[in-house]
Amino acid sequence: MSWASTENRYGDDKVFDACGLFGFMDTSGALHDGEAIVRGMSTMKERGNGLGSGYAAYGIYPDFADLYALHVMCRSEAARRDLELRLRQGWTIAHDEPIPHREVAGVLDAPILRRYFATPRGEREPGLSEEDHVVRQVMAINTERDDAFIYSSGKNMGIFKGVGHPDQIAEYYRVDEYRGYLWTAHNRFPTNTPGWWGGAHPFGLLDWTVVHNGEISSYGTNRRYMEAHGYQCTMQTDTEVIAYAADLVMRRHRLSPRVAALVFASPLWDEIAHLSPDQQQLCRAVRQTYGPLLLNGPFTVIIAREGEMLGLGDRIRLRPLAVGIKDDLLYISSELSAIHLVQPDIQYTWTPEGGQAIVGRLGQRPQPPAHVQRREPVLESELSYG
Amino acid sequence: MDRILDQVTRPQAAITETVVDCLGRHYREVNQELRRLVDDGAHRLRLTHVAGQRYLGTNLQRPVQITIEGVPGNDLGAFMDGPRIRVLDDAQDGCGNTMNSGVLVIHGSAGDILGHSMRGGAIYVRDDVGYRVGIHMKEYGDTLPVIVIGGTAQHFLGEYMAGGVLIVLGRRLPPGAMHPSRYIGAGMHGGVIYMAGKVNETFLGKEVAVTALSDVDRETVEGHVAAYAQAMGMDLEPLLARPFVKIYPKTARPYGRLYAY
Repeated sequence: MSWASTENRYGDDKVFDACGLFGFMDTSGALHDGEAIVRGMSTMKERGNGLGSGYAAYGIYPDFADLYALHVMCRSEAARRDLELRLRQGWTIAHDEPIPHREVAGVLDAPILRRYFATPRGEREPGLSEEDHVVRQVMAINTERDDAFIYSSGKNMGIFKGVGHPDQIAEYYRVDEYRGYLWTAHNRFPTNTPGWWGGAHPFGLLDWTVVHNGEISSYGTNRRYMEAHGYQCTMQTDTEVIAYAADLVMRRHRLSPRVAALVFASPLWDEIAHLSPDQQQLCRAVRQTYGPLLLNGPFTVIIAREGEMLGLGDRIRLRPLAVGIKDDLLYISSELSAIHLVQPDIQYTWTPEGGQAIVGRLGQRPQPPAHVQRREPVLESELSYG
Repeated sequence: MDRILDQVTRPQAAITETVVDCLGRHYREVNQELRRLVDDGAHRLRLTHVAGQRYLGTNLQRPVQITIEGVPGNDLGAFMDGPRIRVLDDAQDGCGNTMNSGVLVIHGSAGDILGHSMRGGAIYVRDDVGYRVGIHMKEYGDTLPVIVIGGTAQHFLGEYMAGGVLIVLGRRLPPGAMHPSRYIGAGMHGGVIYMAGKVNETFLGKEVAVTALSDVDRETVEGHVAAYAQAMGMDLEPLLARPFVKIYPKTARPYGRLYAY
């Protein structure tokens, strides 16, 4: 029996609602503490049901910026010791410590959480980059046993997640004490898979993280395609496959985020038929090459990696996504009100069409699309009534 | 029609306004307080520091006036029966869901499925709206739901629409520009959509046709847009300057022959 199915005592009968997403990036690289992300996420508490929340933060480990920060969760101390032995065989560990946390009322069944700042050593298979090697290591460890997982494995970034509401999980991990230039957050309303610590979002691999609202009907197809490329899904939730797919198409195959958006949320065939010849060729080539990675069903995701944040919704927008800009800051949220709450001086807000990628990049000031006008306050005195 | 105009123009002087600060409060508590205030005879309410609270105005069943400062949450005015709400900012998804009567005025943009299954009353939006606006709105007897959008709409406008009037004014579209809306009226089998400016006929819903306005149509549009202009504090004339098209369902039973061979 797996960890999730034996220890799932949260009473998560099938329920109907949505998850919540929130993310922001300071494209100037300035660091922000966790206060804003927690407040933005927590105001959408209604979207989750306490069965999973989490945060991803980039730029938080400047003292170990060149080392992989491996966050692990283990069901027992024995499992952790085994995992650590396993790690020491293939990695040089510069520093390790428990992931700082404090007890929070209502947060139950916390696993043993530890982080290792490490470099892989030893021989690599010919042709494998260091990142490929790390991916193999993580996959090997995560498939070997069902009581110990590496759930965050990037440099100078980290995932903090568990079973609880966003405010509880933030307090548990002391999220407010980290400072990052890019933050994403999630609260979960699991519908088809169990609520457990490993099943909370974000999901990550290397520096990739994904938070997701929706349901991937094509999960089986996507998962088999990823297995053929050496990625194993172990977290029992559809979202996991998106993190690995991001690594495959954007890191290994070097597709840009906008082309990756065509992979995951390709335009409909009859829309492709009316594009320019160049665009048609691109869209057809992408669909022919990456057909099994099309994400079918309703979804909105925020995919992040070092220096980059990508917001994307499904092609016919069956899940919400709002965007805001204030100077260097780019915000992506399930609900517009959360952006206003966190950034009262927001200058531009809009809702992109389904399948349209919103990309934030370090060093590039975000720009609204041409049709979006700068916000101006409504002057009540100019209204003709009331 | 006259009833709606009357509601919009009735003088509201000398009625005290009750302020409800919503800062950091859960929607359940806010809605309970609104209900209590209205039961105690409040006529005008002002909600301040609103940030995503859902279902505002849902259970009041009286023609109270509510002004909202901040961005209200999903399902604003869901099942609303009587109140007149104005939002001094953008609104989110599901505004006027299954609304029965009253007026919702949004001085900004609104999200997806605005007027979902709406049965009566009016919704006026200053700027743009999201996907599936007016999805399955319906009319019966004298009860006619009306939505007027000042800007433009994203896709699947009037999806499965069964009744009522949906008007899109395209205020901010450059002259000659086409509405970005695709799949307008997909599955539509009742009611009517009027749009000022060009619509994308390549990606129109399969169940609808586009035609010019008759004199009766013209009168209908002018009446509803006049009420809209008044609610928004805008001049009527520019809103009617652009030529309109009418989008209507080709049949009242689009799937009637689906299984008939």
